[in-house]
Amino acid sequence: MNNILKRNKREKRFQFYGLFAVGLAIFLLLILLFKIFSTGFSAFNQTYLGVKIQIEKNVNLSELDARSVLRENIRNMFPEVVSRSDKKNLYSLFSPGAYIEFEEMLNSNNEETIDGYYYFLASDDLDMYFKGTVARQGNSAGKIKPNQMKFVDDFERMNLIKLQYNKYLLGSADSRNPEMAGILGAIYGSLFAILIAFATSFPLGILTAIYLEKLAKRNAFSDLIETNINNLAAVPSIVFGLLGLAIFLNFFELPRSASLVGGLTLGLMTLPTIVIASRSAIKSVPPSIEEASIGLGSSKIQTIFNFTLPLAMPGILTGTIIGIARAIGETAPLLMIGMVAFIVDIPQGPLDASTALPVQIFLWQDSPERAFVERTSAAIIVLLIFLFLLNITAVYLRKKLEKKW
Amino acid sequence: MTYEFLLLTIFGLATYSFFLSRKKAMALNVMDPLAVHSQPHYHGLYSAMLTITPAIILLLIWSWFENSIFKDNLEKYFSDVTDPYQLEFYVSGVKSFVAGASNTIMDHSNFSAAAEYYETSTKMSLVLKSIVAVILTLIALRHSLKLVSAKFKARDLVEDIVVKTMRYASIFAIFITLGIVLSLLFETLRFFESVAVTEFLFGTHWSPQMSIREDQVGSSGSFGAVPVFTGTLLISVIAMLVAGPIGLFSAIYLSQYASSKVRSIAKPIIEVLAGIPTVVYGFFAVITVGPFFRELGIFFEIDGFSSESALIAGSVLGIMIIPFVASLTDDSLSAVPRSLKEGSLAMGATLSETTTRVIIPASFHGIVGSFLLAFSRAIGETMIVVMAAGFAANLTANPFNAVTTVTVQIVGLLTGDQEFDSPKTLSAFALAFVLFFLTLILNIISLSIVKKFREQYE
Amino acid sequence: MSESLKIAVKNLNVFYGKKQALFDINLNIFENEVTSLIGPSGCGKSTLIKCFNRMNDLIDICKYNGEVLIDGKNINDPSTDPVSLRTRVGMVFQKPNPFPKSVYENIAYGPKLHGMYKNKNDLDELVVSSLQKAGLFNEVKDRLFEPGTGLSGGQQQRLCIARALAVNPEIILMDEPCSALDPIATAKIEELIEDLKQKYTIVIVTHSMQQAARVSNRTAYMHMGELVETGLTKNIFSNPEHAKTQDYITGRIG
Repeated sequence: MNNILKRNKREKRFQFYGLFAVGLAIFLLLILLFKIFSTGFSAFNQTYLGVKIQIEKNVNLSELDARSVLRENIRNMFPEVVSRSDKKNLYSLFSPGAYIEFEEMLNSNNEETIDGYYYFLASDDLDMYFKGTVARQGNSAGKIKPNQMKFVDDFERMNLIKLQYNKYLLGSADSRNPEMAGILGAIYGSLFAILIAFATSFPLGILTAIYLEKLAKRNAFSDLIETNINNLAAVPSIVFGLLGLAIFLNFFELPRSASLVGGLTLGLMTLPTIVIASRSAIKSVPPSIEEASIGLGSSKIQTIFNFTLPLAMPGILTGTIIGIARAIGETAPLLMIGMVAFIVDIPQGPLDASTALPVQIFLWQDSPERAFVERTSAAIIVLLIFLFLLNITAVYLRKKLEKKW
Repeated sequence: MTYEFLLLTIFGLATYSFFLSRKKAMALNVMDPLAVHSQPHYHGLYSAMLTITPAIILLLIWSWFENSIFKDNLEKYFSDVTDPYQLEFYVSGVKSFVAGASNTIMDHSNFSAAAEYYETSTKMSLVLKSIVAVILTLIALRHSLKLVSAKFKARDLVEDIVVKTMRYASIFAIFITLGIVLSLLFETLRFFESVAVTEFLFGTHWSPQMSIREDQVGSSGSFGAVPVFTGTLLISVIAMLVAGPIGLFSAIYLSQYASSKVRSIAKPIIEVLAGIPTVVYGFFAVITVGPFFRELGIFFEIDGFSSESALIAGSVLGIMIIPFVASLTDDSLSAVPRSLKEGSLAMGATLSETTTRVIIPASFHGIVGSFLLAFSRAIGETMIVVMAAGFAANLTANPFNAVTTVTVQIVGLLTGDQEFDSPKTLSAFALAFVLFFLTLILNIISLSIVKKFREQYE
Repeated sequence: MSESLKIAVKNLNVFYGKKQALFDINLNIFENEVTSLIGPSGCGKSTLIKCFNRMNDLIDICKYNGEVLIDGKNINDPSTDPVSLRTRVGMVFQKPNPFPKSVYENIAYGPKLHGMYKNKNDLDELVVSSLQKAGLFNEVKDRLFEPGTGLSGGQQQRLCIARALAVNPEIILMDEPCSALDPIATAKIEELIEDLKQKYTIVIVTHSMQQAARVSNRTAYMHMGELVETGLTKNIFSNPEHAKTQDYITGRIG
């Protein structure tokens, strides 16, 4: 039959479309991950310049002005530098953080002689050139002009320029200078916010789920609550941000930018997800176990807390972890409640102004300096790794706690 | 005595009450177990709850009153200040100075006096509060201990409290929705005091900059939101054009063709797309997709291919939605009873014919519902469009142009400097209200369509 | 009684993963006869019958060796197209599974797929004659365009039979077709089978020995994946050769 051949060909084509679609989706994911990882990888290292420092033995270190001493030592390496503009060009190769590093070095020095080559933080423009992100064209590279490039070449000739582990990225809070900027403040902010979100949504969510699934009478009111929760789960996250703005900031007058507010807002947003996940977990507990418990004289509440809830826990936890994972990555609601300011301190508590990791990523992406691109990717890598660990935990928990009945 | 210490004391007393009552109940139990209605720990729990309640209520009410009294009195110190923002500034300055959070002595003659007042008053109030609270707690403790008896139905009371708590927890969800609706509605109505509804809904010029000073020229804001709505629509449609086919065909392949091994590997991988935060997608759009499309544009010699075009933002948004479409559609396809599939195959239909002629028609409602839900997700998305789309409202159907969306406008209008009452910031609420309303309607329609579909097989 | 061999099963072994479901089956099915497969639950009857139209292909972990010959040709040969095989070998399932389409569309599905008609009139005739062959036409002639799922259980099953007949098969496989039906509907189907065997070869899996005795020419008794005994129905039921068969028939096992 001619027909059969045509049909078989159509079948093969159809199957191909399906496979192609799956492959395309996976391919896009891989491109995204690859791009992020390849861009962000270099941010974990940072360019440092070596300076020969000699300080006499009996000098009182704490009385020294780190900035001028360091500059003096830098100048000593380039005796031919005389003019003011040349000196400025030389100093500009170093980051403002170099002076802080030198000061710390002096303060922590224990009667040891300072004589040798010590490495200090380079500027972000130099960092970009040295890492190869910004290409050299003739005698300039990006923002580095020929007048500065000649010193760079000197440093390279003297073998005094190298990459070191970027301690700022994971160890300090945000900064206007990309080479000194880090996500530690944002991590703390996210941490506080998530803990608060969990603390508010988890108990409320479980209690609501238990009530709706086991205790409420099936009437119009409970239907209303149920529809309500289902709809809340699909409300855009930015609307929750506005809710947080109106209620927590305007009405309750809580401090703006505080992770407490962020946490409460995210908690409201996660609540419907936890309720829905918990309900289906509770629903799947076989009634026979509950009947047995009641038959032995337990009250309904006792049955719920002694049998139903423990048996439903794996499902509840899995759903909660997924909800929390979503909350960690949310940016829009936090923008609305103000966790978007430029914060240079690490927050000490949930009432301090802070930012969160996804917001930090957003802010860095918006910055003009080239060096922020790789750092944004690096921050994303940290975020993704954390989310990955969280999800693995969820899968592991589900497998481990699943009891066969 | 600090506030924390007070709370600790009350909590400690409640715990003590728990143990005391429990002990008494256990003693009763020993004498005649069958006559005692409730287990000892229920007595303990009830006593603890009873002990802690009066103090908590007292503290809440006291704090509420004390806050407003202090605020009024502090403001008296700065009675010469007319600007309400400035006043608030001083008042909070006093509070944070006294709390030790700041060392700034502000520039006002009455600042130190006000600080002194605040410090002494709060100290006194705390002492008074503590004494009353502890006395109340002790009374409650004694009373609750007296209640413990064989006939006392502690368990019923405790369980009743538990059930009531759960009921209130459930009702809280309604309050959330109410909160959203009211807060949006309130500000939206205030917005419509300055701007006509018809202008907002049907006007085609969106330029919400308001004048900062009275005399600034060219500053009358126009609030015709149509270009914002069309921008949202354009980007979301492009997203669905990307996610629809890819998601649908992935779902078909994974549910009908793939072996269970392939399915168990591929499905989670696609789900990963859903777990990636949207801010990451936005970044991806800017550093990869944008330049890629720009190159394509140059290659195909397309004029006016904006770097913030709807096409770029829409495509990335589409990628994000793929797992959404795929998983919902997969659920619908899998819900079709296997017997239908077997019946068709047994008649000599190929799998593609079975899928297109039997399975998809049978799950059609479910698929439509899934697409509606995905579309609703697309129009509500914020970060991808904030980072990849433009801010200028542009009424166009050309995907190569830059457009703006509702969510971008909301973010733009509410971050940065805000005077909270200007029509500019209020317009953000009006937009949010429309967004909320629209996604709600889409959601309700989609859920009812899916429900109708499920009823077919019940 | 014909002696023409329609299906020949030779040394067939079927595995689900590591578990063996059928052990060295050798069975002959003759043309224009009704052959029934009986035996206790899990003995492999459904597995065997699904080998005849390669429905086992749908199950990933199913592997087999041996031959299944229809009209002398091995259907597991790579050159055999399962799609066209299934137009020659039709199947009726345990639970009626009409498509959620109209009665008409249910019947027309197969012919449309395989291009078995020239114009609309042809198709209409085909639908009507299939319904008539299944003995359903009079009951549904006024509701041809209403959903097939709206019929009663017995009617639905006859609809499924009509649907199978519409593609003009040579063999009809029935996997416990009456187990979901009430006695009256069952009786109607058994009558139908009696009619159908004149034109078609029928293999029926059944749980009910009485049904096998009523309806089939030959019977095969299976036990735990093995074909214990096969022969003319009247012989199997009155004078079985094997002890196991005897035990099953007298109700000691199964």
